[in-house]
Amino acid sequence: MGATLKDATAIAGIGQTPFARQLPESEKTLACRAIVAALDDAGIAPSEVDAFASYTMEETDEVEIAKAIGAGDVTHFSKVGYGGGGSCATVAHLAAAIATGQASVGVAWRSRKRGSGPRPWKNTRVQLPTPGQWTRPFGLLRPADEIGMLARRYMHEYGATRDHLFNVALACRNRANQNPAAIMYERPLTREMYMTARWISEPLCLFDNCLETDGALACVVVAAERARDCRQRPVYVHSAAQGLPAQHHGMVNYWNDDPLTGPAWTAARHLWKGADLGPQDVDVAQIYDAFTPLIPLSLEGYGFCGRGEGAAFTEGGALEIGGRLPLNTGGGGLSEAYVHGFNLITEGVKQLRGTSTAQVPDAATCLVTAGEGVPTSALLLRS
Amino acid sequence: MTPIVAPATDNRPDNGADLLLPVPDEDGAPFWEYAARGELRVQACADCDELRFPPRPCCPHCQSFAARWQRMSGRGRIWSYVLPHPPLLPAYAEQPGYNAIVVELAEAPRIRLVGNLVTAADAPLNSVDPARLRIGAPVKAVFHTMPGGVTVPRWLLERP
Ligand SMILES: [Zn+2]
Repeated sequence: MGATLKDATAIAGIGQTPFARQLPESEKTLACRAIVAALDDAGIAPSEVDAFASYTMEETDEVEIAKAIGAGDVTHFSKVGYGGGGSCATVAHLAAAIATGQASVGVAWRSRKRGSGPRPWKNTRVQLPTPGQWTRPFGLLRPADEIGMLARRYMHEYGATRDHLFNVALACRNRANQNPAAIMYERPLTREMYMTARWISEPLCLFDNCLETDGALACVVVAAERARDCRQRPVYVHSAAQGLPAQHHGMVNYWNDDPLTGPAWTAARHLWKGADLGPQDVDVAQIYDAFTPLIPLSLEGYGFCGRGEGAAFTEGGALEIGGRLPLNTGGGGLSEAYVHGFNLITEGVKQLRGTSTAQVPDAATCLVTAGEGVPTSALLLRS
Repeated sequence: MTPIVAPATDNRPDNGADLLLPVPDEDGAPFWEYAARGELRVQACADCDELRFPPRPCCPHCQSFAARWQRMSGRGRIWSYVLPHPPLLPAYAEQPGYNAIVVELAEAPRIRLVGNLVTAADAPLNSVDPARLRIGAPVKAVFHTMPGGVTVPRWLLERP
């Protein structure tokens, strides 16, 4: 066995811009603001940054960011594919680079103007990877349609209901109602609102879909030893994993043997293998929620319950504060902001610092996941 | 990069103005060529006979690069379905209540094709009452030539 990632690095700083449907500043400006804030949070000078990681879908590139913030010589940079599947892997790539001496101060970020930006399904000439020819002509146009197809099958196979999906939407909304930075702060959700909401792609309604948000976030990763000298309490990267299952096809994963065991299952096996902890030790979870059905699918994949039991897991307030597994305590993509899941990472850090607006008492371990349904990634953080 | 979908250029107000046309890639082209002849064929390994979808250059089972296209019966069952609602591309929004379905093929259930359930090959995408959609319902393939000349498989209920 070679070096292990286990607790070798830590997230030392986090930063974010305001979240809104529309922000006036450019993605580049927002990215710089989030990164500078994260470095300030850590107490590290921008000139010390020598590593960058973001998503392939991130449109502000590291050359421009490094210049703008005043980074020094950069010795590691990487980008992770598959949209929201890349969030946790950005931190994982920095952790690996720092643990192996490729760099010493890494910044991961996501800046996104989706609230103001174009909607890809409105562009008939958009170029798509291979699955497009097998799906788009038939009117399977948007991610909501693609995940709706899996959701319908999941409901059919396991008796999951819209009430189960509502449990997910409600838990996220309740936490956003506690979070002044959330877009859905002070905007409660009721079961009646959910059940009478307009459809987006049956069986998914408006509240099963994430927000459209402008905003940016960043975090700073350093060696564990260095983190102990920073301004904030270190949040250790205990384990990290990516997951691309055999014969997986991305969001339209209808073609492998078992489309309901998605990338979460693959990432989870590796995540737990590299950890001293198991699902039973997780105090709070930030699970990627671009669509509500991703939560029961992920609960199963990461081993919080058995196959087909993810919907039932949401019953009885299990995902609320005080429940079995408090979920998405900043409000998540459904109700805080949808920034390709990066806010789930920073919220995990807040929980382990004890500074969340919906703090789980004595939270010491947090699972953070990236997009399920696409090649994904996950982090197990500990205080 | 080859564009995979493109809009139809001529308008047919009854059915399919500006629906997205499949733009085949190199691996997928034979599927559409057979569809234009009214045949539903799936790529198979010429060495080990494993079917694979979507088409690709190499057999994941035996790594052979030799492929053939196996004719299927065109019978299958609905594996899942959605009813997309706006915001949608205009041509799809003009057919409210349309469906998109996934069909698992009768002789190869892990080969699943996305399509539309319709009442006749050339009927609108919303021609079937959504209440008739049911997971497990047996369906059979028919072929519809879209404006722009590309033929796509569509699906009819076996017991309409
Ligand atoms: Zn073969």
